[in-house]
Amino acid sequence: MVRCFLIHTVCPVSALSPGETRVLYSRVFGPDDGVLDQDRDLNPEETRILLREKVAVVARQVTSAVSLSREASGRPPVEAVPGEEALALQEASSGVVRLRAGDPFSQEMSALWLGVQSLGFTLVCEPHENLLLAEGTLRSLTRHCLDHLHMLGQGSEVLLRSSRIDFLLSRLLPHGQLLFLNHRFAQSLEKEVAAYMAK
Amino acid sequence: MYSHGSESLIKQAREIQESELQRFYGRLVKLLQGKEFGRETVDSLQRLQLILTATKYTRTLPAELQRRLFSLLSSPVEQLQVLSSAVLRETLPPSGKELNYTENIGQLNTHTAALLLSQAVSRADLSSLCALVLRSLESRQSEGPVHSLTHTLPILNTVLTHSPECLSEDHLTLLSKKLVDWLRYASITQGGGASSGGFFIGPRSRQPVPIAELDGTVSGDFFTVLCVGQGFTEDQWMNVYSFSMLHHWLLTYHSVSSGNAAADIANRLQLSLSLSHSHSFLNDDRSEVEGSVVSMVSATSSSSRLLPPKERLREKAFQYCLRLIEQSDRMAQKRTDADLQKACLVEAVCILNTVCVEEVSLVYRSFPCVKALFGRLNSDLTFARVLLPVAQFYLNHGEMVAVDCESVWKLVFGRFPAELYNDPFLAHELLRFLRLNLQNLQLRVPQYSRSFPNLLKFLAWDSPAVVDDFVDLLPSLVTTDTAVELLHTLLDLPCLSATLVLQLRATCSPISEAGGQALHSLDAFRSTKFRGLFLYLLRTEAGSGDTIDRLSMLHELLAEAADWPRVAHCAQTVPVMLHIFFNTIITIADEKLLASLILAMLERSTLLLNLPIYIKEIHRVFSCHLLRLCKLHPYVVVDQSHVLLEFAGTTANVYSKEEIYTHVVWVLGEYLSVSRDSRCSVKLITSCFESLEAVLFEITSSTPPPGTACPTPRVITTLMSALAKLASRSHDLIPRVSLFLSKLRTVTRGGSVTWCSDEEDLVAIVTRGEELWSLLKTPGVAQSVLTPPPHVTTPQWHRDTNMSMPLQLRTLTSLTHSQ
Repeated sequence: MVRCFLIHTVCPVSALSPGETRVLYSRVFGPDDGVLDQDRDLNPEETRILLREKVAVVARQVTSAVSLSREASGRPPVEAVPGEEALALQEASSGVVRLRAGDPFSQEMSALWLGVQSLGFTLVCEPHENLLLAEGTLRSLTRHCLDHLHMLGQGSEVLLRSSRIDFLLSRLLPHGQLLFLNHRFAQSLEKEVAAYMAK
Repeated sequence: MYSHGSESLIKQAREIQESELQRFYGRLVKLLQGKEFGRETVDSLQRLQLILTATKYTRTLPAELQRRLFSLLSSPVEQLQVLSSAVLRETLPPSGKELNYTENIGQLNTHTAALLLSQAVSRADLSSLCALVLRSLESRQSEGPVHSLTHTLPILNTVLTHSPECLSEDHLTLLSKKLVDWLRYASITQGGGASSGGFFIGPRSRQPVPIAELDGTVSGDFFTVLCVGQGFTEDQWMNVYSFSMLHHWLLTYHSVSSGNAAADIANRLQLSLSLSHSHSFLNDDRSEVEGSVVSMVSATSSSSRLLPPKERLREKAFQYCLRLIEQSDRMAQKRTDADLQKACLVEAVCILNTVCVEEVSLVYRSFPCVKALFGRLNSDLTFARVLLPVAQFYLNHGEMVAVDCESVWKLVFGRFPAELYNDPFLAHELLRFLRLNLQNLQLRVPQYSRSFPNLLKFLAWDSPAVVDDFVDLLPSLVTTDTAVELLHTLLDLPCLSATLVLQLRATCSPISEAGGQALHSLDAFRSTKFRGLFLYLLRTEAGSGDTIDRLSMLHELLAEAADWPRVAHCAQTVPVMLHIFFNTIITIADEKLLASLILAMLERSTLLLNLPIYIKEIHRVFSCHLLRLCKLHPYVVVDQSHVLLEFAGTTANVYSKEEIYTHVVWVLGEYLSVSRDSRCSVKLITSCFESLEAVLFEITSSTPPPGTACPTPRVITTLMSALAKLASRSHDLIPRVSLFLSKLRTVTRGGSVTWCSDEEDLVAIVTRGEELWSLLKTPGVAQSVLTPPPHVTTPQWHRDTNMSMPLQLRTLTSLTHSQ
């Protein structure tokens, strides 16, 4: 299953000091793996901080992966304006980061990332997951986020309408489960999504 | 994109004052007391979520607000469910009995389940959630909304991931049965919304429309995720969800009955990925039936109704996968469906792999299909990622059916790295495949360790992304046969990186590049004159040719590549790889190999791509490992004394390779001694002494060559010490050292010298010289100080309780303290 999905900044943006990464949305599926470990005596508050730090570690690792990959390819990210979501997605850079066991999750994980301009969309999967399917799911999630939260614009809907992402995840990635959806199934879910977003 | 507005929102949410927050909570409680919830409520809840998520510290909500939010979870409006679940996930789970979520839940919707899962703090929590979910599955009512059951399987899959033992044997049986039903017996007619008749035909005479395949033809077999229709029935949705979790289920479910669940899962995963059996060959090729009207899958299904539930599920999973493989051959009308077909192939082959590990007899039934799949896809590199699980299947089960895997390995170790080195996903998956199967590959696939020139293309292309994998893999690529070539390949990795860039450019851009800066290296790459050099770098196997004599030319051709980011990234990883390389060498190297490695190191210290930092780093690594190798095998120094002496006797090396030079001199001074190696003759010591003496004399009597800095004090003092050490072993030489040292003192008395610009350094050098001089005045002492016997350098006092230093100290301390 997918352990978490996050949206974060990936390159120096003017609003942040250089080298800083801001996690804009994160959703961890299921309980944290440390919680069920009886040996580790953490109270819920500490668990929450630990989980947040784990997410931040992933965001930082992906951020450096994205900037190294962009530097190596020598291609600056394509600037797309609202309305050009399809173009932005098509031009997005992508890759995988191997997260070693213990850094930060107790087991090894694969973090798939998609870099759309200054934003990174990351899916942390268990390594035996079907990464082809995960890649497709990440693209589809990213497209929906860009569309429904107008993320190419200057607004802050990703912060103020984050429940829309929760809803998207509940349909496209329920409880972190990657789904084999052919275009008909996807269409039928998209209808539900459209209906929800129209509210 | 991310704006200042967003940043200030986060800041506000973090810095909100407690009093303001309490007022906000109060307002929200009031809003939630009403019967109808409007836009304001939704906005406030959303704002509350932002306030809670913006900080990593936990905020505590007033109990009343928490209760209200909790009751919203079962609101008929999904938006409110989503919001309340999201907000509550950010708060602490209720402690004690005051508010037990699980007991207070009427109907378990997906958003409530998400909350329960994220706040589970014990296995008991997961167990009770599991029971709740299974209850809803058992009392299966077909009324209710379409998604009433679908979310249950992902919940179970989450529980399965974290705590598989929450499912009892009865649960397993129940679920196995259910999964079989959904996978194999979902409706084969289209669900709601589908109509075949025209406008005038009433609903009563409406005929059920059969589901279709992705290419539009009517489906003739059972429903799978690759079937389409205008709408879907609930069991068809369940089919999708069941298949999506099937692989994980199969990997996990045997572990539940055994005690040590977590370890068992890990073992199972490992097992399914790498296990293989040996068995006799059985021909079961059913591919002839493929073209016939009846689907091959249904035709071959056995009378599985008699099997126990788990075995039956395995059988049905097997059939489902065969059908998917069959369906993936159809031309999909949508591009997204073509992608899905590939993902399905990956999943299907992985599942076949898993069921074959469980049930050996299935190997014979699966192999024809997997083999046919390989035959169909192996020439099309767009299916490379599908072919990796196929390779896994061959590795696990190929031996059992005595099939020739040669063509599979040609692809995995040949064409994939050579042509797809720039696909980050393939690189990740292929390297993971290698990591997981390392032992098996080393045992069964002889070409594995010979393919390093090809595999290293992944590292040369995208070093930061795969360096971690190579840290794990490199030791397995170091063998006595290939070590020297591997060392050269690693040192030329930045050149390979540049060549890969050129190769890609050469294929992408036309010969006459209009505009843009022309690249000399690209011209060189295209020219037939240098073709051999580049082809050597791009070779796919070890042991084919050697270009060491023309290496400097290659470095010149690629000089402009030194500041390409990709090349720079690659150059940064080489020292790391070299450390791993030498650490492995220490465990396997014999005399002959050590000799050639030392030779290679000295030779390559000048032959490197001109990247100053890179050269410096490599010299540092060489120095460190030269020292380690000699320390472990001192006989090497005598063996290779001529090579080392030649290097140490060349004055230019003092200036260009100071780091290595210093270490070579130290090694000579330290290890050329009869006590280390009985072959060490007086003649050898004398000739070494003379070479070093000449160099020391030269650098301390002339100005450094133009453009180079003065030799560092370290190299001078190391030379002096080495001379003193050698002299202490052959007393005839003592007067020569003493003479030199006394001259040195006289020369420097005048103040400044041309070969040392810093006064303090000069003082240090002279002091060191005086120390050695006075030491050499008493040769017996000099020998025991400069060549101490082993029991002094490697003391083992700690092993002798009577002699133990700590013991003596402790005794002394107790004596002084008691008074």
